[in-house]
Amino acid sequence: MTSTVAAPQLPAELSLDVAQATTDEASLRRFLRGLPGVDAVGLELRAATLATRSIKRASKVHAIDTAISMIDLTTLEGADTPGRVRALCAKARQPDRERPDTPQVAAVCVYPDLAAQAVQLLRGTGIHVAAVATAFPSGRSSREIKLADTELAVAAGASEVDMVIDRAAFLTGSYGRVFDEIVAVKAACGTGENRAHLKVILETGELGSYDDVRRASWLALLAGADMIKTSTGKISPAATLPVAHVMLQALRDWYRRTGEYRGVKAAGGIRTTKEAIRFLVAVHEVAGEQWLTPDLFRFGASSLLGDLLLQRRTQLEGHYASPDQIGDL
Amino acid sequence: MAAWEYAPAPESAATGRLQPSYRMFLGGEFVDGSGEPLKTLNPATEEVLAEVSTANPSDIDDAVAAARNAYGQVWGPMPGVERAKYLFRIARMMAERSRELAVLETLDNGKPIRESRDTDVPLAGAHFFYHAGWADKLGYAGYGPDPKPLGVVGSVIPWNFPLLMAAWKIAPALAAGNTIVLKPAETTPLTALVLAEICQQAGLPPGVVNVLPGAGDVGAALVGHPGLDKVAFTGSTDVGKQIQRTLAGTGRGLTLELGGKAANIVYDDAALDQAVEGVVNGIFFNQGHVCCAGSRLLVQESVAEELVELLQARISTLRIGDPLDKNTDVGAINSRAQLEKITELTAAGETEGATRWTSPCPVPQRGLFFPPTLFTGVEQSMRIAREEIFGPVLSVLTFRTPDEAVAKANDTRYGLSAGIWTEKGSRMLWTAQRLRAGVVWENTFNRFDPTAPFGGYKESGFGREGGRAGLEAYLAH
Repeated sequence: MTSTVAAPQLPAELSLDVAQATTDEASLRRFLRGLPGVDAVGLELRAATLATRSIKRASKVHAIDTAISMIDLTTLEGADTPGRVRALCAKARQPDRERPDTPQVAAVCVYPDLAAQAVQLLRGTGIHVAAVATAFPSGRSSREIKLADTELAVAAGASEVDMVIDRAAFLTGSYGRVFDEIVAVKAACGTGENRAHLKVILETGELGSYDDVRRASWLALLAGADMIKTSTGKISPAATLPVAHVMLQALRDWYRRTGEYRGVKAAGGIRTTKEAIRFLVAVHEVAGEQWLTPDLFRFGASSLLGDLLLQRRTQLEGHYASPDQIGDL
Repeated sequence: MAAWEYAPAPESAATGRLQPSYRMFLGGEFVDGSGEPLKTLNPATEEVLAEVSTANPSDIDDAVAAARNAYGQVWGPMPGVERAKYLFRIARMMAERSRELAVLETLDNGKPIRESRDTDVPLAGAHFFYHAGWADKLGYAGYGPDPKPLGVVGSVIPWNFPLLMAAWKIAPALAAGNTIVLKPAETTPLTALVLAEICQQAGLPPGVVNVLPGAGDVGAALVGHPGLDKVAFTGSTDVGKQIQRTLAGTGRGLTLELGGKAANIVYDDAALDQAVEGVVNGIFFNQGHVCCAGSRLLVQESVAEELVELLQARISTLRIGDPLDKNTDVGAINSRAQLEKITELTAAGETEGATRWTSPCPVPQRGLFFPPTLFTGVEQSMRIAREEIFGPVLSVLTFRTPDEAVAKANDTRYGLSAGIWTEKGSRMLWTAQRLRAGVVWENTFNRFDPTAPFGGYKESGFGREGGRAGLEAYLAH
């Protein structure tokens, strides 16, 4: 491939086919095209069956707390203001004021120009600041602009960068171009201990087939994504269970072949506790319980937190609470 | 964070409205049988669920006479459009009592509530709905302009899908204008008797449906009864052969749905993750108590290692335990006799040199349970590759070419079902054309629908159930 940036260091115990997948464009193409297909009927049946798991009592409380701790509390609107970011950060720090035992969320997710303010507000809390970059959400701009966007986010102190892939390049089969761009953005995320973690948004709603979701997942993992993320949240469908299954399978297979853990972020369309728990069940049973940590699984959501807090109170207090009692965003 | 354990999520056993005793259904009434009452057990605990009256030969005479009378006086002459109304009503009443039926089925059979709730009961209702639609359209089924019913049907059904099998027999028999005497399995008589109650409450004329519980001797006496016009049997191949001997030369109709040793063929270009799901579903659905279970996995050598690795990981996530728990994937083995048979055959697998792998999942100490088991290094000559185990045991064999896959798949005395996993349509069709099996699933397994005929080749029996083809067994033409 043409990238001037060095390809990511791959783990030592890599199986041969993975090691050779990125040597040149033809190898990459051969590797991605050689991945096993996905049968849509079987995949959707499995996802629907697993969604019938009944999570009650203690396991539900545990799931709710786990889900809260995995949230990237997100605001990505043109109308975002410093005031909005302040409210978001306050909510992130203390989701339920009357119940201080409620876990903090994993991160807040904002546009890059608001990242600096979020970093300042969250300093010392352990809550990450994620900034979307690379001409989010469409990804329609030049490489220079995308890299500058990323640098802006990193310079503002964002510890996580959510980039979008070039869907046009992917859909025209220019896998090398997508790969190079991810590698370049990752380089712009910095190096060493303070490097920003890179989440690569596949925007699965624009990919059209589960086979392509699988290829895009592997492409991003090969290029060094720390997490692969379903969607921008600006396109419907966003995070669906079958898509999450395919991406979790990619993580599981990546681990089997490399011994290395990578993560998934399900973003967009997940609004209720019930839906969130279905995703956690999928993480638990498709990838494995090792992935049930905020380091390896995230929810990208804005309204989900409110429902989780209500359900948490319902579980702990034995009766339904009103959103008015908690103070939503 | 600590490990995430799913809390128990049991369906309430009270929903099953279990009664201390059940009586047989004869001539539209629940009556005491003249046979020795039997006790039906909950296989998950081995506790007695209920006492059930059984039939003796004179009860069988009475039931056949009641069915004959109903056939001649009411049901036979009734226009199809009127018969359909009863069948639709039964289907609706089954749907209304679906939770009760599901819980009772799980208590009596040991299958997971998820399966009785999502598969058995809805499918049983679907068979009544489907056949209700045929009742007034039999002239268009392709069996002549005015096909006639046969008369009185005697039917013996197995314990693996008690309600569903009852529906498979009763619905087409009634739609075609026949009356029926049904014997449910000795270990699982309860849901068939609740179905009888539904028939009674639906106002079905007395004698159209009769349900006589009992053991094998009652079944033998029923199928040999000279007052029958047709016998429909689902069960083991050995019993099926006995029935065929009994009926030879009598001129009575017979359909047999018997054992199986289905091959699930996985080609190297298959969608592997979905193939894994299909293979797991194929053998661990209903604890493997399925005549069409995909008990032989035939996998192409080039992907065998990876597939077995994925399978073991997936099987390890199966949850075995309380059948009433909504999160249970594998329930209890139906009877101690069946558990012993599975144990004996798996021991033979080890003795003959196959490599045994058992799921590490925790297995309840109490009740009749057998952990999901997989054998690799299985050869065609081994017992675990030839005999029907009827349990959660998968035998893995390999092949090199499509020809070899077909040859191995057909190398069995059975021929009930088969599965093919490939992303290549032409290979799928090529394989399906060559498999000697009544049902061939492509990129799926264990999918049932009342519109699709089901039945076997060779020692898996003859005759079809479901679909237009299934009507033929219940019509004179």
